[in-house]
Amino acid sequence: MIRIINLFFIIFFLLSAKAYSLIEIDITRGNLDPLPIAVSPLFQDDNSKRNSINELKIENVGSEISLVVENNLKISGLFNPLSKEAFLQKPDIAHLKPRFEDWALIKAQALITGKVTIEDKKLKVEFRLWDILAGREMMALAFTTVPSNWRRVGHIISDKVYERLTGEKGYFDTRIIYVSEEGPKTARVKKLAIMDQDGFNTKYLTLGNELVLTPRFNPTSQMVTYLSYFKNLPRVYLLDIETGTQEVVGDFPGMTFAPRFSPDGKKIIMSFAKDGNSDIYTMDLENRIVERITNHPSIDTSPSYSPDNRFITFNSDRSGFQQIYVMKSDGSNVKRISFGKGLYGTPVWSPRGDLIAFTKLHKGKFYIGVMRTDGSGERLLTENYYQEAPSWSPNGRVLIFYRETKSNDKGEGFSAKLWSIDLTGYNERQVQTETDASDPSWSSLLSN
Amino acid sequence: MNFSKSFRNTFLVILLSLIVSACATKKTTTKVEGQMQGDVYTGTDTVKYLADGVPDRVFFATNESILTTKSRDTLRKQANWLRANSSINVVVEGHADERGTREYNLALGERRANAAKDYLITYGISADRISVISYGKERPVDSGSNPLSWSKNRRSVTVKAN
Repeated sequence: MIRIINLFFIIFFLLSAKAYSLIEIDITRGNLDPLPIAVSPLFQDDNSKRNSINELKIENVGSEISLVVENNLKISGLFNPLSKEAFLQKPDIAHLKPRFEDWALIKAQALITGKVTIEDKKLKVEFRLWDILAGREMMALAFTTVPSNWRRVGHIISDKVYERLTGEKGYFDTRIIYVSEEGPKTARVKKLAIMDQDGFNTKYLTLGNELVLTPRFNPTSQMVTYLSYFKNLPRVYLLDIETGTQEVVGDFPGMTFAPRFSPDGKKIIMSFAKDGNSDIYTMDLENRIVERITNHPSIDTSPSYSPDNRFITFNSDRSGFQQIYVMKSDGSNVKRISFGKGLYGTPVWSPRGDLIAFTKLHKGKFYIGVMRTDGSGERLLTENYYQEAPSWSPNGRVLIFYRETKSNDKGEGFSAKLWSIDLTGYNERQVQTETDASDPSWSSLLSN
Repeated sequence: MNFSKSFRNTFLVILLSLIVSACATKKTTTKVEGQMQGDVYTGTDTVKYLADGVPDRVFFATNESILTTKSRDTLRKQANWLRANSSINVVVEGHADERGTREYNLALGERRANAAKDYLITYGISADRISVISYGKERPVDSGSNPLSWSKNRRSVTVKAN
């Protein structure tokens, strides 16, 4: 069970955001020249340091927060955080008024400074973003929260900086829910796990007594729907992350699987398999009314709504092989959209509405790709031995998915890991997890 | 004469070497052929028995749920055994190999298990004695990443439920 502590933040200074600035980042193309940015350690006075040790067992939470920010900006691939050893100005002085020439000297184009105090069990953080070339402040914000929330403060600062410099919402104050995996391939133990987007604060939500698969967040990221083999009956479940309450929602006489929330959070869409046929159904979470959406003797699965709730993309083998289809959300106007070579699965509609991400299998290789919602403009982002199940970052700029390695005849060498890649096809990287991992699902922004 | 004799000898040598090499290639292929037909597993490595001479599982081709001649033969044996043991109920577990997306494989496993179930019903076994469950690719019996391992994992297994 996890308690999400609400973060209260107060805007101290008004955004100086409208001012014209020289630096901005174009994130629509692969960014091979990340913006040099200096993230100065947030200044903390001696009194706060003592409180920090008492409250958090951390000597300098200001420095720690700046490391969270630095790491986020770095893994986004859009920024190049400069080495702190080259910094000439002390954190407290820089925060008041940076000597822009000093920062320009080390080739920084942007600078983040800040100040942290811990008093009366409250963490107060203020930060400023400076445009070095223009020699002016770009934004200034302050937050007050409970000290244990310090990592989230780092994520929120990262989001604000990202948004200010790219013009788009960030994705750092988010979490990933996934399936943690352990043990040999033939007897894998799987648990639901949740962690911060940067791999910290991992918590396990189930004990591993039963097989669990494919967890997905609802729009507010407070609820998760997933498949559990509890009592050896594969059914779709609903889990309230805050209270830990679990309930079965797809208790039909057969198997329910492949669940996902509708973008308004009111329905769960899923597959229901009976007598060798899988079709797509929805369940209204308020009145529990079940609606059949597809009715076809083929396999219909992996449904995903468009962000406006009007369309559904899904996976079907009605043509003889796995392909991607789009239909209206009442099940009418079914159209096949994947026509390239190979098999297509796991379509997921982008939160921006314009693209569908998918898994493709062709000539023994697996690809993660995107296409427009009419099937045009197919673009393969990454090729590997095995990978599938992309999930979008809330801003629609990054995909997270899982990748498995080939094992030898004894089953050795097998691993399952989470990976992420930018929509541009650049910045592919492994996402750190404590155990092997699969089936990732990205939450919405928590602080909005 | 001499010429034709030496020609014949050379010819014989070539012929012999061809036969030998043919044997050699045949030997390597039969090893796989002995366990796979097309890409359907035909070996017995992983097979268990519900009773003497009654195999517990049948195997499928990639992405298929069609029962092969051999599978139908196995299922008829299971049906006979079930008829003779009317107090026994079974669960048919459907499985897929690791080379497919998780959700599709869950559906495919369900389809395979039902193909086996339907065949048992055709041979007179009451539907309420047979339940099905799909594990998709979650419970492989062979953990290798090669065509033979995958063929062993594309299966439906009939298990006693009581």
